[in-house]
Amino acid sequence: MTPTSAFADDTHWDHPHPRRGFFTDTSICIGCKACEVACKEWNRNPVDSDYEILGSSYDNTGGLGADTWRHVAFIEQTQDRIEEARESGRALVNLGMPRVGPPQAASTPAAGGCACGSAAPADDAAGSGCACAGPSSATTAPAAGGCGSTGGCGCSSGGAGGASAGTGEDGSPVLDTPDFRWLMSSDVCKHCTHAGCLDVCPTGALFRTEFGTVVVQEDICNGCGTCVAGCPFGVIERRDDGLVEPKTQRGAAPMPDTVKVPQDGIAQKCTLCYDRMKEDQTPACAQACPTTSIKYGERETMLESAQQRVAQLHEQGRTEARLYGANPKDGVGGTGSIFLLLDEPEVYGLPPDPRVPTADLPRMYKRAGMAVAGMLALGVAAFAAGDRA
Amino acid sequence: MSRFSPLEWPVIRQLRTGDHTGRSSAVQSQRTRDITPRTATADRVVQSICPYCAVGCGQKVYVKDERVVQIEGDPDSPISRGRLCPKGSASEQLVNSPGRQTQVLYRAPGASEWQPLEREKAIDMIADRFLESRRRGWQDTDDEGRPLRRTMGVASLGGATLDNEENYLIKKLFTAAGAVQIENQARI
Amino acid sequence: MANADCIVIQGSNMAECHPVGFQWVAEAKARGAKVIHVDPRFTRTSAVADKHLPIRAGSDIVLLGALINYVLSNDLWFHEYVVSYTNAATLISEDFEDAEDLNGLFSGYDPESGSYHLGSWAYQTEDDGSGHEGAEEHAKGHEQRAKAGGQQFGSGGAPVGTGTPKRDKTLQHPRTVFQILKRHFSRYTPEMVRETCGISEEDFAYLARSVTENSGRDRTTCFAYAVGWTQHTLGAQFIRTASILQLLLGNMGRPGGGIMALRGHATIQGSTDIPTLFNLLPGYLPMPSVTAQTLDDYVDGIRTTNQKGYWANARSYAVNLLKSWWGDAATAENDYAYDYIPRINGAHGTYQTLMAMLKDQVEGYFLLGQNPAVGSANGRLQRMGMSHLKWLVVRDLNMIESATWWKDGPEIASGELRTEDIDTEVFFMPAATHVEKSGSFTQTQRLVQWRHQAVTPPGDAQSELEFFHELGKRIRARVADSDDPRDRPLQDLTWDYPLTEEGEPDAEAVLAEINGRFLTGPDADKPLSSYTQMKDDGSTAGGCWIYTGIYADGVNRAAMRVPGQVQDEIASEWAWAWPANRRILYNRASADPQGKPWSERKKLVWWDEENHTWTGKDNPDFPLDREPGSHPDPQQGGPDALAGDDPFIMQADGKGWLFSPKGMLDGPLPTHYEPQESPVDNPLYTQQQSPTRVMFPREDNLSAPSGEAPGTDVYPFMFTTYRLTEHHTAGGMSRWLPYLSELQPEMFCEISPELAELKGLEPYGWATIVSPRSAIEVKVLVTDRMTPLTVGGKTIHQIGLPYHWGAGSDAVVSGDGANDLLGITLDPNVQIQNFKTGSCDIRPGRRPRGAQRDELVREYQQRANLTIMTGMERITDPERELNDDPLRARDSGDVAGRSTAYTAGTATTDQGEDK
Repeated sequence: MTPTSAFADDTHWDHPHPRRGFFTDTSICIGCKACEVACKEWNRNPVDSDYEILGSSYDNTGGLGADTWRHVAFIEQTQDRIEEARESGRALVNLGMPRVGPPQAASTPAAGGCACGSAAPADDAAGSGCACAGPSSATTAPAAGGCGSTGGCGCSSGGAGGASAGTGEDGSPVLDTPDFRWLMSSDVCKHCTHAGCLDVCPTGALFRTEFGTVVVQEDICNGCGTCVAGCPFGVIERRDDGLVEPKTQRGAAPMPDTVKVPQDGIAQKCTLCYDRMKEDQTPACAQACPTTSIKYGERETMLESAQQRVAQLHEQGRTEARLYGANPKDGVGGTGSIFLLLDEPEVYGLPPDPRVPTADLPRMYKRAGMAVAGMLALGVAAFAAGDRA
Repeated sequence: MSRFSPLEWPVIRQLRTGDHTGRSSAVQSQRTRDITPRTATADRVVQSICPYCAVGCGQKVYVKDERVVQIEGDPDSPISRGRLCPKGSASEQLVNSPGRQTQVLYRAPGASEWQPLEREKAIDMIADRFLESRRRGWQDTDDEGRPLRRTMGVASLGGATLDNEENYLIKKLFTAAGAVQIENQARI
Repeated sequence: MANADCIVIQGSNMAECHPVGFQWVAEAKARGAKVIHVDPRFTRTSAVADKHLPIRAGSDIVLLGALINYVLSNDLWFHEYVVSYTNAATLISEDFEDAEDLNGLFSGYDPESGSYHLGSWAYQTEDDGSGHEGAEEHAKGHEQRAKAGGQQFGSGGAPVGTGTPKRDKTLQHPRTVFQILKRHFSRYTPEMVRETCGISEEDFAYLARSVTENSGRDRTTCFAYAVGWTQHTLGAQFIRTASILQLLLGNMGRPGGGIMALRGHATIQGSTDIPTLFNLLPGYLPMPSVTAQTLDDYVDGIRTTNQKGYWANARSYAVNLLKSWWGDAATAENDYAYDYIPRINGAHGTYQTLMAMLKDQVEGYFLLGQNPAVGSANGRLQRMGMSHLKWLVVRDLNMIESATWWKDGPEIASGELRTEDIDTEVFFMPAATHVEKSGSFTQTQRLVQWRHQAVTPPGDAQSELEFFHELGKRIRARVADSDDPRDRPLQDLTWDYPLTEEGEPDAEAVLAEINGRFLTGPDADKPLSSYTQMKDDGSTAGGCWIYTGIYADGVNRAAMRVPGQVQDEIASEWAWAWPANRRILYNRASADPQGKPWSERKKLVWWDEENHTWTGKDNPDFPLDREPGSHPDPQQGGPDALAGDDPFIMQADGKGWLFSPKGMLDGPLPTHYEPQESPVDNPLYTQQQSPTRVMFPREDNLSAPSGEAPGTDVYPFMFTTYRLTEHHTAGGMSRWLPYLSELQPEMFCEISPELAELKGLEPYGWATIVSPRSAIEVKVLVTDRMTPLTVGGKTIHQIGLPYHWGAGSDAVVSGDGANDLLGITLDPNVQIQNFKTGSCDIRPGRRPRGAQRDELVREYQQRANLTIMTGMERITDPERELNDDPLRARDSGDVAGRSTAYTAGTATTDQGEDK
């Protein structure tokens, strides 16, 4: 697989770079929101708030949108929920899922990107990039290659972060179930392999960069909003405010370099810091991240470290870890931004099975074509029959 | 290249670049092609240290036209390795904040509002008041007649974002003037 | 910290308050280190720790003391380290009596002054045998410092008197520190932890196992704390307890060990090194007390001539400072202008100053980047104090609440103050930001880092350096012709600093003065390169001895910037650490007494036999040629007297102190007292609170009753205050920034679902919190991150309150200030206020407006029958305290057990002496 093959179908650069992407490892996120601020500061995005507590733990910016391109979610889970997740995880193993445990679990992930550290149900998944299935994934899409596509690679879910307490009889780790856990996760545009926003953009404002990312050109966008409906993750949004400066900065002397294009109604989302990337600089969020929860680099490298990390966690008995966006067979062909999650994607507000809306186009065309052909055939037949008559 | 060159017409570009579906190079605008990060166009980059907590993260300060245009982590720092927390990441806004006060203001006794005051005049007024209060609060000796040589009329409370050199001058000046009630966030 | 095998974060919310520093914890954890967070709340630090132990705020000594007891009774202490490097073997005076035997008071307590005479805590010495003579010497010099607090010993130890301390290396003698320690902590059991801290025995066992299994030759455990330990009435003792534990486990002076103080401000470390503090001069030299009339008196109060270590040269450090400040006017004849320094005769801390303000004794006040209206305890008193001033100078970046209280403060809203009646003149002077001036910050590990000026300040904004230089020039001009002797120090002051191109004083010239230089001889005017070059004869000058070397060879070493990537992990060429660019203090202890690393895994410095020198990865913190086995005559004093196994070179005996014969004002050993306001009685002693805490009994600083006292139920809940990642202290640098404000826009409290149900509080609705000082309104975050604890048979609810918000009109976000709820009570050692615990009630709905707010507070006070003296007793029960059998009290049930080491015979003897 060449680095760019995943999106070769919609890009034609003379000198494409290896595809770039993020790996956001939520297991080491401390929820500090440095990414949110660094992103806003670099992109000079407006404040996204009425300065009121939102009612969502420590999250007061709500979600990704036109003004917030990195967003940290906070999920508080009590023992019930963790137990539940643990139970289902255990049930999965009892159902014949490969047992998670050292040392074989630490073996290199299956080619093409098996995720969880369990010896993958791999044979037919090899190359497809998926692994074992989580409960929801098992029900949603027991699809190709044994891949339980939760929009990514699912692993047996359940379990919980928390204290490890020794090892079991066979040396496999046995974990305490903590009373409580507080999940934190920094969300961002997925920069999909098959990007719905890009597919549906009628103006050419959205384009695939030479780094394989998807970027809006503010000077081209006419604010039609088609892309908003085209994004299966609800990431892209039109800015209803025509100003680039934060609300409180209006009237202040404009900053040098302030982008001066009209932005009223223009679609906005993470550019993966396209400008910085051009100078080989790290995107602002990844550069700031204190714990390297946000990693940036060539997408293949990111995928590899994501797989290693998930394997490591499974080895430690933290079977709740699973990848999101790592599976090229999912509804968007995998994403440029890969995530390591500690629960079902829905828990983080991520769609379990994202699908690019244009995914069905070929089938629809085919069906429509067949219908047309059928009609024609019928017509011809009718004609012929009429003739005979 | 002129914007109106026929070669730049969308269809021609789609054909010419091979981007037949118009989803990458063919649809790039001139502005997009010219895009450069302001970290690359800065006039100079100055090494600094984050002013918030005491971890002491390294910062790189990008200056363009004598204004700070970006502050980000300094990857060279062995302390922080280029990383910053949300506060450190917001320090460009700290410097360029619209809410920042850059004018000397004076509130007269009983007044209900501020009024502007020239800086030089303000420092003169403060020097006068300092000496006057110093005099009134002066204590030569304690109850037992032992020398104190100090004033209790003037006090100070400093934050812990003052430079070492600044603290040094403050302590030196106050001590020479006989003021002892000098305090700092370090005790709070 | 990245080298630790186990990290206990206690009294700190490290991931939230020091996110970037936390990367080293994350790194250690990724390598397999265990991370344990002990905190009243489950925070973002807990979320990424291996385990969170919820604790009742203020009970840390019990937990740490129980760890000490666990280590001692299970024989898990690091024998070789403890015997050689600590004062475990040292014998303590026969006069010493433990708080355990005196029901909560150590020997030497003076109920009149509420302080201790330290004589009985002294070492026994070889020359006197009894310790009495030593005790006398020991007491000398103490008097002058007692009131000023113990912080002058910040970087070093206190003098311990003359004579060589007696040691019993078998540790069997009942007067050895080791045996005293064993007896002292014997009641700190897991059951006591359960009953006092609310931590289960299983959780305690987990903690104890983790810490001890990860300590020793091959492994090290690190503690990290912040103001969760310091901001208590006995905060200094919290840290002492951890020090004792770490010394017993051999975790000091070694990679991955230690006790990390995570300081909260860019140069709060520098603010004590080169202090703007009432009791200190630069380099931790004490501010002269009224009793020290001559330079010799002064120096004698700091050290004894023959004590070991570098403090023995205190006279040099003092003379160099005086020469720096007064130049040629400082001569041998006039004691180097020692008389130019004003004298202190008590504590003149910020809260004492506040009390003086309220009495109209202070006319003028400078606030330099500080927002006490929001950030100091008892916010109302702070604002009222300022309303008594004649003039106030506020220097800040933003229009903080401390600059605007006269028009939009809560007291204006309540009608208590009227703007037109306030006669205070207020000057708002805009300050320069960190990128608009050059200068150095000292971060939490003593690393001094230079900042280069990037741009000039906008408008009228200017640096403190420029402002004070300018102010000094004008003050000096006004007294230039004076013949009043009190103006001499100003006239003779060295105040000519070169200006930069922009016309600002050159910060590097100030740094050079701090570093010091030769005044005479062949090297005249050249910078000093080490404080060992300082002389006490006026031939050298240097403003802060511990910083000497920072400008060696005329090079600004704080500006060294060799990228970390091309250096080893010590990174000695990035900036400069005091002293002597040393990164780990007392690193001699990283090698065994023979000078070999304790283990390959934990090697740092070692003795190089071949070259006859100490060497290693770090700059060795020891006389380089001192052989490990050498035992110089201790009577010669100073560094020369340090034996080859005296790694704690700043202590007067070269040893790590398990027992503090001097230096602490509230006990030579830490012992548990309840906070000023507590829902429970002290389970250890009748003595409820620290008998030496500093109190301000006033109508406007009332305290709630504690424990079983009547009225406790009026304020049934505990609250604790803290920071969030998204804001900075009192908000002056964060609540004005839209990007930070939107992340945490409103003041809130954090409570458990149980408390929410008990009081009918709606998630994200409003609640009012009432303490004996004030009532504030907050949004309610109901969260399982808060856990009710069972302590002393009671359910204890703790309420979490971030303190970043203040009532004003200029910030992007404002709100009621948590510190308004707090009363002022201080630790006697350091005069730091308790911020971490208080008693309150919580009720649904917003608080009343206007004058009704005060009425609500008063209504509660009346219901609880509060008087000025409520909770202000020094001795909780004087009659019983001083006369009763010390072994009775509450020594029953499962908290009673005395260790077997503590024989009845010893106890009887002690009692006999008591009577």
